[in-house]
Amino acid sequence: MFPMFAAAGVSGCSGDLSTLSPAGPVAGSIATLWWVMAAGAALIFLIVMVLFLLVWLRPNFGRSFSQRAWILGGGLAFPIPLLVPLLVYSFQQGEILLHIGGPTETPVRIEARARMWQWEFIYLDEDTAPSTVGVLHIPAGALVKVTATSEDVIHSFWVPRLSGKVDAIPGHRARVRFLANTPNTYRGACAEFCGSGHAGMLFSVQVHKPEDYARLIKAARDTSLRASLAQVHP
Amino acid sequence: MRANKPMLSPIRLHKDLSAIWDTRPGLQRLASVNHTTLGKRFIVTAIVFFAIGGGLAMLIRAQLATSQSAFMEAGLYAQIFTMHGTVMMFLFAIPLFEGFAIYLLPKLVGARDFAFPRLTAYSYWCYLFGGSMLIVGMLAGVAPDSGWFMYTPLSSRTYMPGINADLWLLGITFVEISAICTAVEIAVSVLKVRAPGMSLDRMPIFAWYMLIVAFMMLVGFPPLILGSILLEVERAFDLPFFDPKRGGDPLLWQHLFWLFGHPEVYIIFLPAAGLVSTFLPVFAGRPLAGYIAVVIAVIAMGFLSFGLWVHHMYATGIPHLGLSFFAAASVLVAVPTAVQIFAWIATLAHGTPRFSLPMLYVFGMFFVFVIGGLTGVMLAIVPFNLQAHDTHFVVAHLHYVLIGGFVLPMIGAAYYWLPHITGRRPSRVMSNIGFWTIFAGFNVTFLAMHLTGLKGMPRRVHTYLPEYGWEALNFLSSFGSFIMAIGFAIAALDLLLIVRFAPRSTRNPWKAATLEWAMPIPPPSYNFASLPKIFRRADTLEPSTMAAELAGGMGYLAFTRNGQMETLGVEMVGGNTEQVIVLPRQTYLPLITAATTGVFFLLMLFKFYWLALVAIPLVVICFLFWTRDTGLRADVGPVPIGHGIVAPYHSESADAPSSWAMAFTLVADAMLYASLLFGGLFLWASAPNWPPAELPALGVVLPIGVVAAALAAMASGILALRNVGGAVSIPALALCAACHAIALACLFTLAVTGIPSFTQHALSAVIMVVIIYLAAHHAMGVVFALFGVARMISGKVSARRTLDLRIGNQWHLYTAGANFIGVLFMVGLIAIAGTGAAP
Repeated sequence: MFPMFAAAGVSGCSGDLSTLSPAGPVAGSIATLWWVMAAGAALIFLIVMVLFLLVWLRPNFGRSFSQRAWILGGGLAFPIPLLVPLLVYSFQQGEILLHIGGPTETPVRIEARARMWQWEFIYLDEDTAPSTVGVLHIPAGALVKVTATSEDVIHSFWVPRLSGKVDAIPGHRARVRFLANTPNTYRGACAEFCGSGHAGMLFSVQVHKPEDYARLIKAARDTSLRASLAQVHP
Repeated sequence: MRANKPMLSPIRLHKDLSAIWDTRPGLQRLASVNHTTLGKRFIVTAIVFFAIGGGLAMLIRAQLATSQSAFMEAGLYAQIFTMHGTVMMFLFAIPLFEGFAIYLLPKLVGARDFAFPRLTAYSYWCYLFGGSMLIVGMLAGVAPDSGWFMYTPLSSRTYMPGINADLWLLGITFVEISAICTAVEIAVSVLKVRAPGMSLDRMPIFAWYMLIVAFMMLVGFPPLILGSILLEVERAFDLPFFDPKRGGDPLLWQHLFWLFGHPEVYIIFLPAAGLVSTFLPVFAGRPLAGYIAVVIAVIAMGFLSFGLWVHHMYATGIPHLGLSFFAAASVLVAVPTAVQIFAWIATLAHGTPRFSLPMLYVFGMFFVFVIGGLTGVMLAIVPFNLQAHDTHFVVAHLHYVLIGGFVLPMIGAAYYWLPHITGRRPSRVMSNIGFWTIFAGFNVTFLAMHLTGLKGMPRRVHTYLPEYGWEALNFLSSFGSFIMAIGFAIAALDLLLIVRFAPRSTRNPWKAATLEWAMPIPPPSYNFASLPKIFRRADTLEPSTMAAELAGGMGYLAFTRNGQMETLGVEMVGGNTEQVIVLPRQTYLPLITAATTGVFFLLMLFKFYWLALVAIPLVVICFLFWTRDTGLRADVGPVPIGHGIVAPYHSESADAPSSWAMAFTLVADAMLYASLLFGGLFLWASAPNWPPAELPALGVVLPIGVVAAALAAMASGILALRNVGGAVSIPALALCAACHAIALACLFTLAVTGIPSFTQHALSAVIMVVIIYLAAHHAMGVVFALFGVARMISGKVSARRTLDLRIGNQWHLYTAGANFIGVLFMVGLIAIAGTGAAP
């Protein structure tokens, strides 16, 4: 059972690190947020540049509004109605993402333990707390809560196609919750500069069908996983 | 006295003033204290550092142009990107705007120089020496390599045992000293050293910007200085401020760094915006629209910029509600920024815009900065930030902000003031090519980089695999960056050719309406042969007519007196003439003092800690030499300044600039202290492994003794001032010194007996630093008190000349307050730590 566990982690890393091809609801809603903001920003940029060039090249156009109207209109009336809804919406979205799954659903609890320069994932729901290095196994469609911490310097746990990042800080335990829609393998990277191995501090996330995951974990529970870590993923 | 004689001929006046004000040739240039000379030195030095930082950027882009690049290995790449950020932020951006401010401000507000010319010179040397330390370190292969924000624990001794990180901490702190000095200089000079009649609401708008920026620097830089001191102390002496195993917290560094780092962005942007607000109206052909709205917007940006720092830390696990507060502040700062931008548009809308080179750069600024502002709003949004944070999206954003909000307008400003600085007129063709090359190269480089970030490329990776799909975008960025570099080279060459070969410019070539053009160009060392009286807003003047009048001696101080450098000091708000400020002559003291300061930093760097301790009193002694030439030995009374008006010398004035300088220095000092106290409370609230196994025991006697001695020192200082000239005065000051010495002894005993090993836990370490902070203030208190005694004995103090005693008393008062708060803090922190971990 165990070799399969490992082999799957090495091969078949489909997909990339793009936040724009989300594979779960958390990354999905942030990608949507980006497209909305990008469209809005492009529009605002065009308006400002057109106004700037108009007042420069067509002097009579600019004089049709008083100076006060320009400053109050452009400085207050223009940005505030755009910014306030954006803030309210993003706060709401942040709350939803933060509490995704609601209070009732019990998440799969994982500890992501970073060290120079590898990731160890500990499956906290199991009595023996088995762990894997370099590859994180999760069930598809289930809420996952990753608690990140570090044994040395600051790292950052990031699986762009599934969710935003969370810093792994020595002495702290920060959390992130996300879901993966379908079984697949996704890439993860360390996002915080952590020394000369930073670029190579990669990992993968294997999303399994729930029944496969249960089988894997059961096998892992019975095996002394920790002992053979080094052979799995150097 | 000459003052009462009839008017001098303009040529005679010029010769007399030049003889006093000119920087001497040859090696005596090193003794220059002239703001025009020093401003130019700041600008040229900053441009040299820009070239170095730009070269580093090219190396970065060469490395990232292809996947799996073998050009640099990870360690070298880390040095390169760390130095790129460090050089551009600390050695280019800040000094460049300081250079413009130093060169322009006295001329814009109608003064002959800043209030403290020697401080300007000291500031320049600190900048040059501190910056050179970093560059020499880089050439020696030991450049800092933990990223320009130096996150702990990566920058701690455990993970970075070499001197690389020390080089950053010490070199940058050295340069920060320069920034703090300049901030004090600018704040005091804008408030006190202006032309008569220039009330605050008549000031040219750039003076407002710089006044606000100076205050932001006084409040914003101390947190970083404190952070650097704590980290250096941790690295050198193992006091565990940032080590979570011993009650420290890496997040403390992030808070201190970004408490500086975010305001820093506005500290860089606002001066450039201020220069645009100065020259854009000239090309619009009408004064700036919404002067008051702009001043309010700039103040609002100043305040809000201190409420944004946590948006660099969204991913650290701070509760969402807390983050939302910072998100709101970050988003709302767009409002005053929009007011600023639309004030420019309104000015153009109601003017008759002329096309010219500086305006081309204004167009570039609008285009680039607006994009940077919009992506800034996006990054303030918490969920999006968690994806984009620490990716190349952020790299793209910050370059849009800094190049759009700083570099492009500064080049525009350089072209605008070039005729002033050099007396020569810019040409068109090459300058236009330079602009469009920079503009095109920049947008190719960084527009693409947004997408690279969104496609998941983290910052600071030295290599990546081809299958990530980042290669084409990175190649495009690298290609664009070389175009941009060529553009900067063209612009630099263009500037150089203008300086060297361009035809002479007429006076006031742009038809500006501000005071700096009311003088010959290039400007004489004394700026104005006589000082103007200002009757209306100082961006609606007629400099061409004024220039002739002032050169003809029709203003104030149209004479020389006793070979003194004189300028006028005004009452702060109303701008009425208040005093004649006698400025110090050319001297090597700033250079010597900065060199001694540099010796301290080098000794620290090479770990000669005991010798470094000896260097500190040497620096103090150097500064004491500065006071030899200042002050009067007898009461003089008001002296004539022309037009039948008299004013006292500044040493006889009740409101001399130096006491304001002390007040502003104490503001920065208080911020440093507040950051330290915040740090202690933060560790208690946030760090793991609290409480410590062993608590410090301060007892009752010593803390009360310290506070009592500090209060007594303050009281005897006041007594000495009250009885100045009487028999009590000197003994009272001697008592003041003695009280400081007693406080010092109490603190020493406290440190030795009350604090269990301060390397064991952050609590003891924090208390130790508070004690050292207070002790340093008492040591300086002794110096101030004894200095007062010396000044009284040498006859430089009288009932009318109390400036030296008043400055001393400001120090004694602050020290007493700091002691009171410090003792409360220490006792309180130990008490709450003893009750267990924070909630």
